[in-house]
Amino acid sequence: METLLQILKDLHPDVDFETCDTLVDSGILDSFDIITLIAEISSEFDVNIPAEEIIPDNFNSAEALYALIKRLSDED
Amino acid sequence: MQYNVLEYLEHTVKRFPEKTAYANDRDSITFREVYQQARAIGTFLSRKGIYKQPVVVFMDKHPRAVVAFFGVVYGGNFYVPIEEEMPRFRIELILKNLEPRAVICDRASKKVMDTFHFDGEVFLYEEMVRENIDDEALDKIRDAAIDTDPIYIIYTSGSTGVPKGVAACHRSVIDYIESLTDVLEVDENTVFGNQTPFYFDASLKELYSTIKAGATTYIIPKSLFMFPVKLVEFLNQYKINTVCWVVPALTMISAFGTLDSVKPEYLHTIAFGSEVFPIKQFNIWRKALPDAQFINLYGPTEATGMSCYYKVDREFREGEVLPIGRPFRNTDIILLDQNGRIPPKGELGEICIRGTSLTLGYYKDFERTAEVFVQNPLNNAYPELIYRTGDLGRYNERGELVFVTRKDHQVKHMGHRVELGEIEVNVNMIEGVKSACCVYDEDKKRIVLFYVGDLSARQVADDLKKRLPRYMLPNSIEVLDNMPLTSNGKINRKLLKEQINAGKKEK
Repeated sequence: METLLQILKDLHPDVDFETCDTLVDSGILDSFDIITLIAEISSEFDVNIPAEEIIPDNFNSAEALYALIKRLSDED
Repeated sequence: MQYNVLEYLEHTVKRFPEKTAYANDRDSITFREVYQQARAIGTFLSRKGIYKQPVVVFMDKHPRAVVAFFGVVYGGNFYVPIEEEMPRFRIELILKNLEPRAVICDRASKKVMDTFHFDGEVFLYEEMVRENIDDEALDKIRDAAIDTDPIYIIYTSGSTGVPKGVAACHRSVIDYIESLTDVLEVDENTVFGNQTPFYFDASLKELYSTIKAGATTYIIPKSLFMFPVKLVEFLNQYKINTVCWVVPALTMISAFGTLDSVKPEYLHTIAFGSEVFPIKQFNIWRKALPDAQFINLYGPTEATGMSCYYKVDREFREGEVLPIGRPFRNTDIILLDQNGRIPPKGELGEICIRGTSLTLGYYKDFERTAEVFVQNPLNNAYPELIYRTGDLGRYNERGELVFVTRKDHQVKHMGHRVELGEIEVNVNMIEGVKSACCVYDEDKKRIVLFYVGDLSARQVADDLKKRLPRYMLPNSIEVLDNMPLTSNGKINRKLLKEQINAGKKEK
C-alpha cells in the first residue's frame, strides 16, 4: 500500500489519497494519470491490469486500486 | 462555386432539417437548431457592433460550442476556441495577443471568465440564442464577406514561450474539407466519434464534414479515454462508424488487450494522425477490424488541418513505417534541402507545402509568420508562398512520402504538438531556476526535464502546472549540479539525451 500511495503522491502531491474515494468521479485523475498508473503498477508490482479491469470503480480510491492489485497478483 | 463555410450548413439544413448534427451522451441538436441558433448569435453580435473581430468562445466542449463557432462566423467575425482545462497563464497570453472585444461564455464558464482581467464584453450563450434573427443584417454581412476573410484562430505551441495564433480563412477550410470528405468517403450515413479538443484544428474534420455531408458527430466524453472498454461500448451504443483520432487514443485501446473482449462493431473508417502509429499496435487494430479502412493523415495547423494521406493498402511488419502518402487534392508537397533545392530521389528534405490550404499566418505576429511562410525558392518569377513545416521527410521506393524526423526541438507527445523550447522558457521563468533543458525520450515517449537550481523537482513540477497545459508537463524532472555545455557554450542536448539512454541500459 505504501508503494502505491507514493506512486499516487508523485502524480498529485496535493491530494489526500488515504481518504479520497472520488478520484475519477471528481476529475482528479485524468487519462494521462491512468496510463502512467497502469505502467507504474506493472513495473512496481509486476501486475498487468487487463482492459476489463480499467473501470472507474477500480480507480476511484487508493484502497480500491490496491484491492485490485492484490486480487490480480493472487490470481497469478 | 462556394465562398463561405456557412453555405455547407445552409445546403444541409434544407436536406436534413430534423437530423441530429451534433450530440454528446446527454444532449443533441438538429441541423435546423444549429442553423437558427447560429443565426441568432450572428444577429446578436451584429447588434452589438461586433464585426470583423476575434470573438473568444470560452465554453465547455458541448454541441452548443459548435453553434457558437458558426454564430461568430454568421456575424462576420472569427472564433477563437478556449476551454477551462487550459492553464490560466496560457489563457492570459492568448487574451493579450488577441485583445478581443467580446467573449462568449456558458453559465459555468462565465464564472471563470469573471476572474480574468478583461476589458471587453462577456456575452452569455443562453441569452444570445434568444435574439430575434435579423435576416437583412445577416445578408448584408454575407454580401460583404470574401473567402479570404478569417474564420478562426487556433493557438499552437511556440518555442519562445508565447503560443502562436494560426488564423485560417473560408477558402482554406473549404479546400481542406472538400478533399478530406472525398478521402474519408463521408456522406449522410457517416457517424463520427469526436475525440480531439475544439481548440485544435484536428476537430475541423468532424465539425465541418458534418455540415457539409449531413453526417452526425458524437462528442465523446473525455473521461472515456481513460477506460478503454467503456470507450468501445460508447462507440457501439451510438453506432459510430468513423473516427479521426490522435494515435495515443487508439493505442490506449489496443495496448490493454481491449479488442480481445469487445470490438467496435460499426467502425469502418479509422483515420489517425498527430504522430507515427507504432506498427505493433497498428497490427492489433488491423487484425481486430480486417475490413475497416485505415488512413494515416499528416499535416500542420499552418496548412489548415491535414495535408497528406495514406490509405493503408498492404501489410506492415514491425520496424517498417506507415508512410504519410500523398498530398490532398489541390495541395502540393515540395521537399527542399538546406540550399533550397530539391534533394536527389529518396533523400531527406524539409517538407514544404504549397497551395490554397495555407492559412493566413500567425495573428499579430508578422515576424514569426515571415520565418515560415516564405517565397517558394524554386520560383523566381512571381510571388508564391510556401509553408516550411520544419518536418523532414523523404520518398520511399514506392514513391510515397514518409515522415522521418523534426529539424528542431518540436516533438509530438500524447497526440499534441509540443515545442520543448516553450517548456524551457517557462521553467526558466520560475524563481530559483538557473538553467533548464528538455529532451524527448523517443522510446518511452516521455518528456524529460533537466534543470539547475535551488528548488526541488516537486516545487518545479507544481509551478509548471500553473503555466503549461497538461500534455506539456515533463514526465520526469531531474536536478543537475551543472548543465553540460558544448564547446561553443550551448547546452549539450546530445549528452543529456545519451544520459537517459544510458540510464535505460543499466536497468
